[in-house]
Amino acid sequence: MLTLKSIHTYYGSIHALKGVSLHVRPGETVALIGANGAGKSTLVSTICGLVKLHKGTVEFQGRNIAGFSPEDIVREGIALVPEGRQIFSTLTVEANLQMGGFIHRHNSRQMAQDMKRVYERFPILRQRSQQLAGTLSGGEQQMLAISRALMARPKLLIMDEPSMGLAPLVIKEIFKIIRELREEGRTILLIEQNARAALQISDRGYVLETGKMVLQGEGAMLLEHREVKRAYLGKGAKQIWEA
Amino acid sequence: MRTTDRWIFTVVFLLIAVFPWLVGRISGISHYIEVMIFAGIFSLVCLGLSLLMGYAGQISLAQAAFFGIGAYTSGILTARFDWNPWLAMPVGAVLAAAVAWIVGVPALRLRGHYLAMATLGFGVIVHIVFSEEVEWTGGPSGMVDIPGLAIAGWRISSEVQWYYLIWGIVFLALLFSFHILHSRVGRALRAIHEEEIAAEAMGVPTARYKVQIFVFGAVLAAIAGSFYTHYVTFLSPSSFNLMWSIRFVLMVMVGGMQSLWGALLGTVLLTFVGNEWLQVFADFEVLVYGAILLVVALFLPQGLISVLRRGPGGARSSVSRLGGEG
Repeated sequence: MLTLKSIHTYYGSIHALKGVSLHVRPGETVALIGANGAGKSTLVSTICGLVKLHKGTVEFQGRNIAGFSPEDIVREGIALVPEGRQIFSTLTVEANLQMGGFIHRHNSRQMAQDMKRVYERFPILRQRSQQLAGTLSGGEQQMLAISRALMARPKLLIMDEPSMGLAPLVIKEIFKIIRELREEGRTILLIEQNARAALQISDRGYVLETGKMVLQGEGAMLLEHREVKRAYLGKGAKQIWEA
Repeated sequence: MRTTDRWIFTVVFLLIAVFPWLVGRISGISHYIEVMIFAGIFSLVCLGLSLLMGYAGQISLAQAAFFGIGAYTSGILTARFDWNPWLAMPVGAVLAAAVAWIVGVPALRLRGHYLAMATLGFGVIVHIVFSEEVEWTGGPSGMVDIPGLAIAGWRISSEVQWYYLIWGIVFLALLFSFHILHSRVGRALRAIHEEEIAAEAMGVPTARYKVQIFVFGAVLAAIAGSFYTHYVTFLSPSSFNLMWSIRFVLMVMVGGMQSLWGALLGTVLLTFVGNEWLQVFADFEVLVYGAILLVVALFLPQGLISVLRRGPGGARSSVSRLGGEG
């Protein structure tokens, strides 16, 4: 569904991505793990058209979408749950959701339907629909960010560090949501620092290091891989959200 | 419009409506009507700027230039070519829109404060043109022989008539601005102001919306300029220099950026400060403006309107940040 072929991207004057290739098949959940500064977020920005691609191709459903505007990429069917949530805190929860469905803004019937579905999934958001989004807790904000992305009716959902800055119990909740989305048959590209948890719920995984893909394989296989264990998983006890 | 805004609208509308009558009763301040006419004209300039600053998160330092483009277009077409003022006015507005579009499109494609820089340079250029194109504009010595305004053959002559005309237009512009704010475009603008990248990732054409609001502000400023021309019937380049652009930004900031009411309040207040109460400072006026800006930025980042809204204590609390005007 999504295929990146040896893409190069510069972030300012830094050569952030040096020939990265990756693919996501329909219905798959793919994890992309890597340390800080490995280029994960640059990769996301490149796919979403927020950063200019220097070289290589980004193919989505057989079309080369490299050089498309962010708006057109959303229309093609890629939605992003941005890093750090980035909800619109002075807008109400409902207005945030409406913004999520921005590209479908001329279809109010569909918008109402989607919103109803979101509220069924997250009843807490219905309760808070008229509240300003900035007054939500961290976990609720992440739910809102995910719902907002779903409002665009994406074919591919990209989640950039959904567990970042959240309390352990909340992280557990967020991973549960991701697992549910996966079970619904959605196609997900999950970017995480929480390597173990991410690989556990993914079909396949990629490991990015200083702008290069160093490893790829099935989630379970990567979990057992010596290098991954050494660099990303540590030897300590399991974290609470992995239970 | 929200219910609170509707209430404020009614109250402000009534206040503005009875103002001439009230001022007429009190000796010594009857000329306040004149000051309020200027305040109304400047309010038109500041409404668009308020949308741009408070909602699109961009600063324009060329409002005086657009104001001037409207003013000189009206002045030149009516005084030199005998056009009807009502025909000259839209020409000025269209010209300002076209120029704003040309300046705005490249500057607003970039994230950050490139618009401020672009408009700073542009404003200076426009001012130089006004001063140097003596044949057209009269240059530094000014332009005279500009006709007044008439509606259906009926001349607008008294101050009170001008007052109601100008403030009627301000209220129309205000209604229109509220309409923009509470529409889908307004919601998108607020989203852009808050998390531009997230807004872009939702598919909001951020650059296009910012350009549209910038052009809207320029058009309002140009219309204000036309009215100014026919009210004062004299034009001099010094009314359209950079200092004026800064003053407009200041008016919006003092009143409160994220509120159209704040922009109105700041404009009226600073017009009185500038035209009436600060005359004694003469050339040191600039220092006083600097001091006002400093105090507002330090103690009332949400502007004076935040004090009115929930008392001085509430102005600095974090709740007021979240409860931005919508």
